[in-house]
Amino acid sequence: MTAPLRLRSIDYSILQQCIHCGMCLPTCPTYDATGRERNSPRGRISLMRAIADGDLEISSSFADEMSYCLGCLACQTACPAGVQYGVLFETARSDIQASGVDASPKRRFWKALTLRFLFMRPQALRAAGRLLRLHQRSGFEALSRRVGLTRLLPADLRRLEPQAPAIAPKFSNALIAPVEEPREPARYRVALLTGCVQDLVFPDINRDTADVLLANGCAVETPASQPCCGSLHAHNGELEMAAELARRMIDLIPPDRYDAIITNAGGCGSHLRHYSPLLGEDPRYAERARVWDSKVRDIQEWLVEIGPRQPAASPFDEPATVTYHESCHLVHGQKISRQPRTLLGLLPGITLTELPEASWCCGSAGIYALTQPEQADALLQRKVGHIATTGAALVATANPGCHLQIARGLQSAGSPAQVVHPVTLLARAYRRE
Amino acid sequence: MSLPASTVNAFAAIVGQNSVLVEAEDLVPYGFDGTAALKGRPDAVVFAKTTAQVAECVRLAAGARIPIVTRGSGTGLSGGSVPSQGSLVLCLVHMNAILDVDPRNLTLRAQPGAITARIDEAAGRHGLFYPPDPGSMRISTIGGNVAENSGGLRGLKYGVTRDYVMGLEVVLPDGRVARFGNQCVKDVAGYSLKDLFVGSEGTLGVITEVLLKLVPRPASRRTMLALYDRIEDAAQTVSAIVAAHIIPCTLEFLDRMTTRSVEEYAHVGLPTDCEAVLLMETDGHPVVVAEESAQMEALARAHGARDVRTARDEAEALQLASARRNAFSALARQRPTTILEDVTVPRSELASMVAFIAETAAGFGLQIGTFGHMGDGNLHPTFLADERDADEMHRVHEALEAIVKRTLEVGGTITGEHGVGLAKKPWLRQQVGDASLDLMRQIKGTLDPLNLLNPGKIFD
Repeated sequence: MTAPLRLRSIDYSILQQCIHCGMCLPTCPTYDATGRERNSPRGRISLMRAIADGDLEISSSFADEMSYCLGCLACQTACPAGVQYGVLFETARSDIQASGVDASPKRRFWKALTLRFLFMRPQALRAAGRLLRLHQRSGFEALSRRVGLTRLLPADLRRLEPQAPAIAPKFSNALIAPVEEPREPARYRVALLTGCVQDLVFPDINRDTADVLLANGCAVETPASQPCCGSLHAHNGELEMAAELARRMIDLIPPDRYDAIITNAGGCGSHLRHYSPLLGEDPRYAERARVWDSKVRDIQEWLVEIGPRQPAASPFDEPATVTYHESCHLVHGQKISRQPRTLLGLLPGITLTELPEASWCCGSAGIYALTQPEQADALLQRKVGHIATTGAALVATANPGCHLQIARGLQSAGSPAQVVHPVTLLARAYRRE
Repeated sequence: MSLPASTVNAFAAIVGQNSVLVEAEDLVPYGFDGTAALKGRPDAVVFAKTTAQVAECVRLAAGARIPIVTRGSGTGLSGGSVPSQGSLVLCLVHMNAILDVDPRNLTLRAQPGAITARIDEAAGRHGLFYPPDPGSMRISTIGGNVAENSGGLRGLKYGVTRDYVMGLEVVLPDGRVARFGNQCVKDVAGYSLKDLFVGSEGTLGVITEVLLKLVPRPASRRTMLALYDRIEDAAQTVSAIVAAHIIPCTLEFLDRMTTRSVEEYAHVGLPTDCEAVLLMETDGHPVVVAEESAQMEALARAHGARDVRTARDEAEALQLASARRNAFSALARQRPTTILEDVTVPRSELASMVAFIAETAAGFGLQIGTFGHMGDGNLHPTFLADERDADEMHRVHEALEAIVKRTLEVGGTITGEHGVGLAKKPWLRQQVGDASLDLMRQIKGTLDPLNLLNPGKIFD
């Protein structure tokens, strides 16, 4: 082992904070699935502590365990003792990454393709998106599947290929001008982050976000080409890459110029507000990172903070029922739970029905659906089952991973329910005024 | 130490290959329960799914002389399920079925791994109620509750787990399956053996089924918070309520340190600037609830409460109670090591005991958070320390000795609801005396002559 283990060098009191009381157990989706302590938050922390104490080495079994963890952070919400599980989780994954014990070729393949290549280069990601769209639209996709060409793909790609999200015809930079001013004099000036998946698959949600900001008196600045925020990297133990991406982001969007830096993706937001721990040791960036962290807002949080204007119109001709699924990194990572419901409650003609287990992970969890397909699918079935009991026509959720995952689950269950971002409903309502 | 492959295979033949764990990464997480600073490592973990499997495992372990530590969710607070050297953990979380609810006889039958809160939910669907509510009820198992005779917030009015156990199925240390008790309200046929097993901490047998008594669900409840500038006033209020012949369902006390920690976690609007908070709850017929809560409020004000607040609705009442249930864990926010005590005194001694604990902590230069079930005299002084600081830990142990000594002097007990396990073992003889301890040992020796079921717990 070359580098010293981060688990042995982090503040030991973070590990000690866990008093293994077990209050996390009923909230952990993997413990719920197996009933085994190692698959629980306190069990995983006990393994980390054994490693920090030198009683256990980083092994492939430990790597498997940390890959099995969704990183949904439900345990962090449940923990009365205030254990920072997210920090421990990323530290452990970073040690695993550095130690090279994670021998699963499948996980290595996905991490290399996604983390090291695509999500480090916004242009490459958009180019890959265009290629995928070409493939999806050309008829070649259907043809190649019919003649069995897809059988030449590795098994994992083959399983996934038909599930690849439909890439949008135009990305965010084609839909949003670099600077847009509201009709009235601006009350606030904000920067809008367009994300990666959101940019390729749901650029309309970015447009809707800009519209809702404008309708609430915010001037919106949206740099045309933005780096990935580094959330996927940090989540998968690539802390150096995550720090590099954070520096690029701060260079592109100097935080002191804005009242707020707006994100509309739960997974990104949870990471975006924690640049300080990544850059705290970097004298050139530490101060700016601190300011950055204080300015990042989820769009829903920001709207409720500045007082959202109630739309005068309904988003649809007919009344509709909506239910709300909480993205893990919005509710557990950022503790944003009330605000989306407040916004949905403002919509004329829309009735909000609570979703059972609304804050239980849907199984998307970053690239978890790729690395742990069975568990991801089990969680998706559970989520879709609960959605069916609400009878809602719309499922609102504010994270592209959840959005795709749940849409796929609803489709294969034959459900007519549609997935929407809450700001899309707001934007529709403002447009129909 | 590890089990020979042939033994592992023999267990696998009983429960299936996937239900036997022997890898280090699987065993480390079974080395502890909810008790601070106690750790072991078992040689194996075995998951059983039926009584027959449990019996076969117990027989096999007896033949191979392997100690068995039975375990549910591992939330105990006295080290009862911390594995001893060379032991096998028999984990029953997969035996979690609620077998039936009988609304005609007001009983519920469940497997030992059933979660406590689920049992009350199942009862609730029939308009019935299972009152014992230990702090960990959302994950604790009924088997563990019975083995530890767990209490909870409602002990004052409703009693503890023992008061609800009507029958048990138990696998004895030699592998025989015994059934005790039945659905009859009255039953005096021979010794009440079920009562021997309630609170036996896994040392006498493995509980494989429980038959529980249910009661009608109270039609209404009211939850109130009384805030005090002096701890003694809170204690006096409790005495006054009891003296007025009111038995509320809950009278919980939290000191300033505890209140602050709970509020930091739960954000339920607990005041952080008062010395003591009483969480009071009365339940039952709406007329009685209205009358009792008015009386309790008046008594609280008469005894110096700065303010008395009533929960707006059921949701807020639940929020307050569940915030209180997390008091122990929330205290862990303050310091790395939290050492939780469970001393219980006759209610008449409560006020002086609370004062004594505060003086003792100050005298030893220690941080302490005290909370507890004031209505039943069960206190949880919790030392906030750092196990890496040897001097501080030494002072904690000195302070503990002083508190235990005082508790016993005033006729109290070293443990009200957590059990003896490993944590309270040093003081058991002091409390119960030689004859009583010897009798416990004789019973253990008769039932488990090989000393294989949870050895080293309660006494050596």
